[in-house]
This record gives sequence, structure tokens and C-alpha cells, in this order.
Amino acid sequence: MSAVDTATTRVAGPVGARSARAHPRRAAWARRAPLLPALVFLVVVTQLPFIATLVISFMNWNALYPDQRSFTGVDNYRAVLTDATLRSSIVTTVVLTVSVVLISLVLGLLVALLLDRSFLGRGVVRTMLIAPFLVVPVAAALLWKHALYNPEYGLFNGVLTDIWRLFGGTAPQPDWVTQLPKAAVVTELVWQWTPFMMLILLAGLQSRPAEAVEAARVDGAGPWQTFRFVTLPHLRQYLELGALLGSIYVVQNFDAVFTITSGGLGTANLPYTIYQTFYQAHDYGRASAAGVVVVIATIVIATFALRVVSSLFREEARR
Amino acid sequence: MSRKRPFDRDASSLGAAGGRAKSWKRPLDRDASSLGAAGGRVMSRRVNAFWGLVAWLVGIAFFLPVAWMVLTSFHSEADAGTNPPKFGASLTLDGYREFFGASTGASPWPPLINSATASIVSTLLVLLLAIPAAYALAIKPVRKWTDVLFFFLSTKMLPAVAGLLPVYLIAQKIGLLDNIWLMVILYTSMNLPIAVWMMHSFLAEVPVAILEAAAIDGARLPTIMRKVIVPVAAPGIAATALICFIFSWNEMLFARVLTGVVAGTAPVFLTSFVTSQGLFLAKVCAAATAISLPVLAAGFAAQDKLVQGLSLGAVK
Amino acid sequence: MPKVRQFTPVLAAIGAIALALSGCSGAGGGGGSGGGHTLNVLMVNNPQMVDLQKLTADNFTKQTGIKVNYTVLPENDVRDKISQEFSSQAGQYDVATISNYEVPFYAKNGWLYPLDDFVSKDSGFDQSDILKPMTESLTADDGKLYGEPFYGESSFLMYRKDVFAAKGLTVPDNPTWQQVADLAAKVDGAQPGMRGICLRGQPGWGEVMAPLTTVANTFGGTWFTKDWKAGLNSPQWTQATTFYVNLVRAHGEAGAPQSGFTECLNDLEQGKVAMWYDATSAAGSLEASDSPVTGKIGYAQAPVVQTKSSGWLYTWAWGIQKASKHSADAWKFVSWASGKDYENLVGTKLGWARVPAGKRTSLYANPAYQQAAAAFYKQTQEAISSADPRNPGVQPRPTIGIQFVDIPEFTDLGTQVSQAISSAIAGQLSVNAALTQGQQLAEKVAAKYQSK
Repeated sequence: MSAVDTATTRVAGPVGARSARAHPRRAAWARRAPLLPALVFLVVVTQLPFIATLVISFMNWNALYPDQRSFTGVDNYRAVLTDATLRSSIVTTVVLTVSVVLISLVLGLLVALLLDRSFLGRGVVRTMLIAPFLVVPVAAALLWKHALYNPEYGLFNGVLTDIWRLFGGTAPQPDWVTQLPKAAVVTELVWQWTPFMMLILLAGLQSRPAEAVEAARVDGAGPWQTFRFVTLPHLRQYLELGALLGSIYVVQNFDAVFTITSGGLGTANLPYTIYQTFYQAHDYGRASAAGVVVVIATIVIATFALRVVSSLFREEARR
Repeated sequence: MSRKRPFDRDASSLGAAGGRAKSWKRPLDRDASSLGAAGGRVMSRRVNAFWGLVAWLVGIAFFLPVAWMVLTSFHSEADAGTNPPKFGASLTLDGYREFFGASTGASPWPPLINSATASIVSTLLVLLLAIPAAYALAIKPVRKWTDVLFFFLSTKMLPAVAGLLPVYLIAQKIGLLDNIWLMVILYTSMNLPIAVWMMHSFLAEVPVAILEAAAIDGARLPTIMRKVIVPVAAPGIAATALICFIFSWNEMLFARVLTGVVAGTAPVFLTSFVTSQGLFLAKVCAAATAISLPVLAAGFAAQDKLVQGLSLGAVK
Repeated sequence: MPKVRQFTPVLAAIGAIALALSGCSGAGGGGGSGGGHTLNVLMVNNPQMVDLQKLTADNFTKQTGIKVNYTVLPENDVRDKISQEFSSQAGQYDVATISNYEVPFYAKNGWLYPLDDFVSKDSGFDQSDILKPMTESLTADDGKLYGEPFYGESSFLMYRKDVFAAKGLTVPDNPTWQQVADLAAKVDGAQPGMRGICLRGQPGWGEVMAPLTTVANTFGGTWFTKDWKAGLNSPQWTQATTFYVNLVRAHGEAGAPQSGFTECLNDLEQGKVAMWYDATSAAGSLEASDSPVTGKIGYAQAPVVQTKSSGWLYTWAWGIQKASKHSADAWKFVSWASGKDYENLVGTKLGWARVPAGKRTSLYANPAYQQAAAAFYKQTQEAISSADPRNPGVQPRPTIGIQFVDIPEFTDLGTQVSQAISSAIAGQLSVNAALTQGQQLAEKVAAKYQSK
């Protein structure tokens, strides 16, 4: 809790000291005032709908049977907790998120290290590397599904044909999405998120104090040792930040799964499964119950995740 | 005062936006000094050339799908779907003619304008809400400011899809379905947590001394905001705005469900080129390229801002 | 402070642009904007709809003064959107393309506007010209008509005449599935890279489940018996699915588990398969002037085992939303789009091959169309006319429907089962395991109806 203390001490400095002493309550409100619009807005827009979700989750409400709407107690929750599809989609979500975040972090680190060196045309290379992150996600998913993965006319198999043609013989024509459904989704997402990680880590590398690197070199450390004992510790926060932001967005990913596999072949993640319950089964009650369960689980996980983030705060408060 | 900016400290120790931007342009400095030794110079040049080559190859590999998308968008449908691929097929603008409604008469402008409206207005709204909030969390923090910051971030972790149904039902009740202002509100709430977080990091940079000086001069909060904080945090604000713009422009799930005839956004329009009957590769690539163009342009133009923005003001 | 000077104009410019854009976009107010003479139509992105979109302004709007706003989406997306729209009766759209699957239970829920009054007053429309199975499949249990077909299709077998002739093989006009399987084995590899047959494998109740259910029907299986007992683990279903999966794995197209209509169409056009069992509407594309296989395709009726015919019945039809405030205008649009004149308009303006066919007897008697569709019009008409939506298998059914069961749960049920089947085609799952999974899901649905 030292973070809070330090911060408070700092703030209670001379700026507001006089007025605070005169009207402590008014000063506290004056302090809160700038925060309130954002807070109220966010509570209204994100928390109120959740209350509606909570109410609906206790209802037997299938949009396809408009005349059978009623309260059913915990039936929906029982259905959700025993639903094998939902369970497997949780596993899929974890697998997808963890692999995308880890792979793109490692790749992003390697690419960032490359870009941290100087070479001819570095700006051009960096621009090319950022591009995947800037392609609209739906466009990227469509691109990978139809223009790259497609076994008949996709670029991958087309290039295989070209290569084999050079040496004679028939090229293998794997059906990427079918044979490796999860890998296909993960690859597309890694392609989009590696630039993101690269940007964060590059910022980290560029802010690495040159003196420390120099000192390590003078002490006779090799490149690996410099990396291991100077660069990596310095990058830790940036890696954590990348992992956190990456997880927040990848966990929610819907476009890639919806577009590339339509949730088939074991790639249905949580957002897709809930969407399916809403829009294909039209079981509002069960979908809402699933939503509530996921929200509760997320809060639990988020509390842990935020502990990790809090190291970022500790650093910050120390200044 | 113009020289005594708070970023001076960074420029020396951490390399903030300004210093970083410069270092892109003259990248040789640091490497030259760190690799110093006279004898190793030829060696290091060779090593550098090698890693430069590797970087080029990696860059090309990552860029290849984008290049293929752009190339395909200029091919005819017949040339787009061939195996082996026709790299040198004659170029045509048919894909883009389709994008502009050659065979359907559907203009891409309404969805593009909708996307621009939703992205730009929501970004402005986010800044309007996030900067004061960040002020209250970073400069004159309220009690338990870390908890508040955590709360903001935690809303980002809730599965958006779980909120979709109530939002749809409420929007229907109050007649906001298929209304671009609903998207503005939703995108604002979608980006607000990250923006508050980012702005908090940037504002934490503002030196207390300047604020004190301003306060002693009798300036009130709005004046302090406008005259002191915004200028200092301008690069951070730009970075935040860029990120918010990108995420709003890209959003698809809510737009798909909540918009229709008048408020459809560009990504939804893009999917309308996919058909289960007939060839569509070239026109989808053309539409994908056209719709990604604003984000690509903004991102390329402001690469340094992006670096800084994504590192949350370099996580001080 | 140079930073300020740089930044403020940017902000100001952004603000100005935003204001200007939001001003001119006019994207205010909810749906149904623009008084009585604008219609909002939600439809699937198929070529026939694209033609319709192109012809609307110069014809329909010119004649009636009614402006039509289209929202066009790919099939999966449009279904989600239509069901959302109709179930909440949001009233954003006046007309939508719905299929004969949705019409009966949408009507039952009171989401559709009955059309009988419009039909009887609209002398030019001529309901009796619509093919009988089409009218039947768009009529709900209350006996009222709730949809008008835009185009319709059954399923049949398409094959490369030249390939079979070169091998000295003939395809019977009414083949059995065993014959088709034998032929597929024989023509497999007839040309480099050519497989025997293309069958859908892509997950989706309207994808792999459509052809597979017709196969199951003719093998003697049914999703549900008359008294709502699930039958996916019956010997007939197992036999049919094993047959389908084995055929496609042994002699089917590359990438079968992700192949749908488009992929198979492409395969047949590019010479990657010798046969294809799918929608009759494919013939139009195969015989189009820019198709590489024009004139090389032969057409036979859907293969059978125990039944006399086994083609499916499907139509994209226009339904008018009950909540629509412009139902009279909406009917004008439906009457125009599904009318004889529109068929003639497309025929003369865009070519007879692009006419939205499969719904009117008169079209099949039209010499211009007969000439343009010489290769397939007879087979198509026969396939549609011989389809029996009430009685497609060997046993009585609880609801209407050939390649689907007409209950709201079927989209979800069919899609989940299709994912297992698709995995079986990919070799990740055995047919038995897939059907056991399917049976469990089907029993859950059946239990709901047994209790009613």
C-alpha cells in the first residue's frame, strides 16, 4: 500500500494545501469532480447492461418462443455449468489466448531486437512490420482465410505448386484450416499482434539507459550476458504490459474465429459460443447465464492479472 | 518556459518521444559508440549487415500478406483465384469499381462516413472524458486512485459479447438501433479505460513545480488544463487518440448487431462482398485495402506516436 | 511552446471534420426513416440479389416512386441478423429474404405479414403460376401464405460429360448412390489432379447438413420420427453418414471439411472434380458464358436408395415483417421482384441464364429461357416438382422440411451436429462418435416436443 501513501503525500503538497485546510470536504469533491464524468459514463454504459444480463439470466426466455417467457430460477445456470460446449470453449479460449500472446511476445521481442540495430532502410522495415497491426481485423481474417489458406486458390498452396514445379513432381496441397484449425487461427492472430508487441518492446529497448549497456560491456560482458542481465530486466515491465494488453484484446477475439472457421473444428472460443447462443439458438436466458458466469470468472482472473500489473504501478509511484 | 519542458529529463535518461523520433533518423550514433573499438569496426559492419538482412527478410515476410492483398485487389476475379498464382497478371481497377458499387449501385461512402463519424467523435469524447479523469488520478489524485484505475481497466476485461443482448434490447426500447450515435457511445466506453490508463501515465509526467507555479498565479483548473497540462501531454494525447481511432475503426461485433440500413460501418460493409456463390477474392481484397487505408495511413504517418502510445508513456 | 501550436490546429481540424461528416451523413434516427415511400430490405449476398439491386432504381423506383435501401450480407451473417430483427420485431426492415425453413415457424410466432389478401387483389401476380412445392413450403400450419419465392432450387447431380465419355462411362438419369460411388471411384484421377466427386463438408446446418440429410432421407433415416424420437443413432443414419464420409474421404475434393457451395463450384469449373451433388442453381453459373466448362456438364436427378426422389427444396423468399409500417409498399416490391415481368426484365437486360429461376411454371415454358438453359432446365423443373416437403423420406415426419427439420432449434442443433460431421470428414472423429454426439443433442430437443 506504499503506492497509495506516497501518492497521497505527494499530492497533499503545497498546491491545494491552503484551500484543503479551509474546506476539506469541498476540496475532496473538487478533486473528484474531474474524475466523475468518465466514471459515471463508464458505470452507466458498462455496468447497467450487466444488471439486465443478470435479470435475464434467471429467465426462461427464448426469442423463438415469445409466449413462453417466465422466471425459472437457476435452471439456466445448471444448464450452463453442465454444458460441454461451453466448457470446451473455455479451454479453447485459454489455449488461443496464451499461445497468441506468448508467441507474438517472443517474436515481437526478436523483431524488436533486430530493429534496435542500425541498418540500411530501417525505417522501411519498421513500416512494413507495423502494417499487419493496421489492417482492419475483419479484413485480415478474410485475407488469410480466402487469399492465403484456401487449399484451391490460396497463396500458400499456390507457392507450393510453383516451388514443386521448379523441381518437377506434384506439390503437396495441404488444407491448412482443416488440418490445423487452431494453428490457422493462432497464426493469423500472431501475425496481427506481433507488430503490437514489437512496438511496445521497441519503446522499451530505446529507453534502455545506454550507460548501463556500456558499463556491462566495460565489465567484459558478452552480448548474451548483456541481454540477459541488463536488457531483459529492463524490458520486464514492457513484457508484462504487452502480455496484459494482448490478453485483454485476444481473449475477446471474435472476428478471427467467426471468419476463419465459423467456430468449427474445435476453435469456438467463449465470445463465439456466447454469440452462437444468442444469435443461433436465441436462448437469451442461457446466453445471459453464460455471460454472467464468464464475467464472474473474468473478475477472479482479472484480480490476479491486476496484481501483475500492479508492479507497473509500484514503479510509477516510486518516482 | 518553452525549453523547460518536462520531457527534458526523459530526453536525457529514457529517450522520450522527441529523442526517440530523432534516434530513428540518425540511428548510427549509438551503435557506433557502443561498438566503438577500432579493430572491430569491419567485423561489426559485416555483422550489422547480416542482421540488417535478417531484419529485411522478417519485414518482408510480415508484409507479404498485405502486399498480396493489394496486388490481388488489382487483379481480375479470374486471375485472383488461380493455382499457381499469377503474380504478373494484368492489372485492372475492376475490384475497386466493385467497391464503389459498379454492379450493385451501393455506394461505399455512407458506411465510410459512418465509420469516420463513430471513430472521430468517440475519440474526441474519450479524450474529453479521459484527460480530466487522468488529471484526478495522476496530478491531484483522489484517495484510492489505484483502485479507481483498476476499476477502469477491469471493465475492459469483461466479455463485450455478454453485454450485447441487453444493449440491443435497451437500444430497441429507446429507438437507438441503427443509429450511429449509439456506436459513438459504445466505442467511447470501449476505449475509455485504455485511454484513462494511457493518459494517466502521460500526465504523471507533468512536473509538480509547474502546476504549483500556475496555482500560485491564481489559475483555475480549466486554465491549468489548457495552458499547462495539455501542451505538456500533447504527444501523449495524440498517441491516445490514434489508438482509440484505430480500435473504433476496426470494431465489428457491435456494429454487425446494432446497425442496419443507415448506420452500417465500413467493416460491416466489407463483409457484404463475401458471397457463398461466385468469385469474390479480388473485390474483397480491394474493399479490404480501401477500408484499411485510413488506419494504415494514420498509423504509418504517426509511427513514433504509436510506439510511445502503446508503451503507455514508457511505463514510467 | 511549439508543441501547442502544432497540436491545437490538428485537434481543431479533426473536430471540424467530425462535425462536417456527422452533419452530412444524416445518420440520425432509427430505422424506417424517410416516410412512406422508402423500403428497407435485408437480403443475402447471392448473385441474383446483386442483379436485383442493380435493376431496382431504374425500374421499380421509377414505376412506383418507392425508394429501396438494401442491406446485403453473406449468408451466415444475414441469418443471424434476420432472426434477431424478426424475433424482436424491431421494425428496421420491411422485407427480408427468408427461406422456406424460417417461414413456417416465423409465421407461427406472428412475425410475418400474411400475404393472401395482397395476392388475391394483385391480379398480375398469378400465384397459380408458382411451382406447387414452393407455395406449399411457404404456407404455414394455419393455411395462410407468408412468403413469395424469389428463386428456388432443388438438388441434383452434375458431372463432366467429356470426362465420363473419355472413360466410356455413362451416368444414369436417375442414379442410385451406389452407382454414384462406383462412378466416383472410376473417374477419380481421370485427369491430373481430378477427384471423383465434390460433396459439401463445411460445418453449418445449411452447408454439409443439407446434402447429408437428403442422403439420410433416402437411406431411410430421419432426424425425428412422427412422435418426436431422435433417430441420429439409427442404423440408417449411421449407414448414410458412413457412406457420405467414406465417399468424400476416398474420392472427394481436396479440403472437403471446409468446402461449401462456392468451393465445389470452383472445383468443378477448374476441373478438380468430375461430379458434384448440390443445388440446381449451380447450373446457371456452370453454363454461363464465361465458365470454363460451358456445355461440358451433364445433369442427373439426385441419387437415391430407398425413395423415388431425394432432391431438397430450398427457396430464398420475401417475407414482410409484421412490425413494418409500410406493408402495402412492401407487397408492391415483393410482387415486382417475384413477378413474371422481373424474370423477363432480367432475361432481356442481363441474359436468360441470370434469371432468378426455379419458381414459376411459365418460365420453363418460355422458349427464350428453354434455349438459354437447354442443358438443364428440364432436369431442374423435374427436381423441384418432384420434391415433397411434407413427406421426403420413408416414414411420416413431425414437421415440414426435406434437408432440415422445421423447428427453431434446428439451426443450433444442425450446426452443432455439422461440426462433428465435419470433424469426421477431416478424420478427427469417427462417424459413430459424431452421431452419438448428435443423438444426445437431438434427444434434448426432442424431449421438449414430446412433452408438448
